[in-house]
Amino acid sequence: MQVRETKSDQLFNLMNRIILLVILLLTLYPLWFIVSASISNPDLVNSGKMLLWPKDISFIGYKSIFKDNSILRGYFNTILYTTGGTAINVVVTVLAGYALSRKDFIGNKFFTIMFLITMFFSGGLIPTFMTVKSVGLYNSPWVMVILGATSMTNIIITRTFFQTTIPLEVQEAAQMDGCSNLRLFLQVVLPLSTAIVAVMALFSAVAHWNGYFTALIYIRDEQWQPLQIVLRETLLKSQFNANLLQQGGDTAGLLKEELRTAEQIKYALIVVASLPVMAMYPFVQKYFVKGVTLGSVKG
Amino acid sequence: MKIVQQQRAPAGAELTTTLTPRKNYKWLMVKRNKALYLFILPAFLYFFIFAYIPMYGVQIAFKDFIATKGFGGSPWADPILKHFITFFSSVRFGEILWNTVRISLYYLLVSFPAPIILALMINEVRSTRFKRLVQNITYIPYFISTVVLVGMIDLFFSNSGLMNQLIGLFGLEPVLFLQKESLFDHMYVWSGVWQATGYGSVIYFAALAGVSPELHEAATIDGATRLQRVIHINIPAIMPTIIIMLIISVGGIMNVSFEKVLLMQKDINIASSEVISTYVYKLGLQKAQYSLSSAVGLFNNLINLALLIMVNRIARKVGETSLW
Repeated sequence: MQVRETKSDQLFNLMNRIILLVILLLTLYPLWFIVSASISNPDLVNSGKMLLWPKDISFIGYKSIFKDNSILRGYFNTILYTTGGTAINVVVTVLAGYALSRKDFIGNKFFTIMFLITMFFSGGLIPTFMTVKSVGLYNSPWVMVILGATSMTNIIITRTFFQTTIPLEVQEAAQMDGCSNLRLFLQVVLPLSTAIVAVMALFSAVAHWNGYFTALIYIRDEQWQPLQIVLRETLLKSQFNANLLQQGGDTAGLLKEELRTAEQIKYALIVVASLPVMAMYPFVQKYFVKGVTLGSVKG
Repeated sequence: MKIVQQQRAPAGAELTTTLTPRKNYKWLMVKRNKALYLFILPAFLYFFIFAYIPMYGVQIAFKDFIATKGFGGSPWADPILKHFITFFSSVRFGEILWNTVRISLYYLLVSFPAPIILALMINEVRSTRFKRLVQNITYIPYFISTVVLVGMIDLFFSNSGLMNQLIGLFGLEPVLFLQKESLFDHMYVWSGVWQATGYGSVIYFAALAGVSPELHEAATIDGATRLQRVIHINIPAIMPTIIIMLIISVGGIMNVSFEKVLLMQKDINIASSEVISTYVYKLGLQKAQYSLSSAVGLFNNLINLALLIMVNRIARKVGETSLW
């Protein structure tokens, strides 16, 4: 439709664009600053001389990270938890979602109601903690991949996907031909379902990569701590040093040098910790939008 | 859905069931779909162990929990509501409840309309490239972890941090953002808006895609301005989505993001940052007051549930949209 725009419409468009541009800059600037700060001379960053573009490039921060064993171990653990947790999550969720999508599945209603209740009521922190402890998962790396293995929200999204995208006729025809449920799922349904598998994998991978709380309460051993815990400790450590520095004294000189690079390490660490998720994003972006949209379809 | 069910059930078993009673037909279907029970088994076990056993364990809120005796074996508290009474009469009860409600309400008030407005604005952009750009960039912060987000807040708002450097450019005195208790709410809420608005807009954006272009054409011919069309066509069109999201948000109003508040807490701001969930964590896992902590958690859970039911009922009475 080509209708000439009125003055007020033109003004509306202009304002709309300007405000969106401001929102864009407000979103990007903090992220950009972190990246710039992580490769600039820490003195310039700390004194406010680096505000946009990297200045006097230095990689001290990144170098210290790759020398730090606890950070490397945390990184390795997180990769392990993310891979394992995502695999478990996808299998459990997609299988359950498929079963619940079948109208001829007797007991469908029972399972649906049983799972739905968990969305609205939970035992709470302490009873859950006690349960995890009593099944022997406390302080075990398994807790990191098993807890959060599925959620009713994700099962509903998966179920909706199967119900709306896989034609019933196809499934019925396969069954008429004597195809077993397992073969039907593996050879007919699954090949048509890459989108939902990608969505579930994405949701789960992000949650596992960014998870902090599960490790905080269930993991004691340092050797099993994930990246986010190590990250938090590193971020706090230098705050403590900053306090010491203000008190002055003999160690001040030594601390000052440590503090100088400490800020740099923080910026670099933030980049290193967030990069994998960010790098993954462009590839799965269309699935991500699809997943959120599916979730909005009333279950 | 009902129709599908009626058509489907006999279709597969027509030949075998015409002469057998209904019970046998059911049994036949169970046998035929054995594999589906295997499919649902992992999720069933997961929810049974990690959701239903803890639900059974909620009873320790009314007991004096002894770890060796387990959920069922521990003796009942005397009086039965002992732990609730302890919580309600503790000096910190008022403060913690107020913090929880205040922070949640503030967050809801700002973070609920923000994605709606963003989606409406993006929807008005006609250049597809600019539209895509804004969408893709505003999603990014959602993928940052809470630990990183709080780390960024600490870095940016410290005394010599980026914010104070920018303020310094205008010749103003530095502000001690992190030391001011009164600023805690704002930091919590607005960093959340920065992180989640783009992500939150996806749902509304999808709803807007379903608005019929004919409505807009007709309105344009009648001389409606763009702003008028947004207000009178787009907003009513996405109202059902808005209401569903509102019900869900209000139902979770007492669930202030536990992780984020805990990470943002400092000795200096604890009086305005201690909320029910962080209190439950400290009481239960750091001070080992299991029963008292469970009682506090249960109290929180029940308020959420009551709010959800209430809002859903109101939504059903006022409009046609509701969760159930």
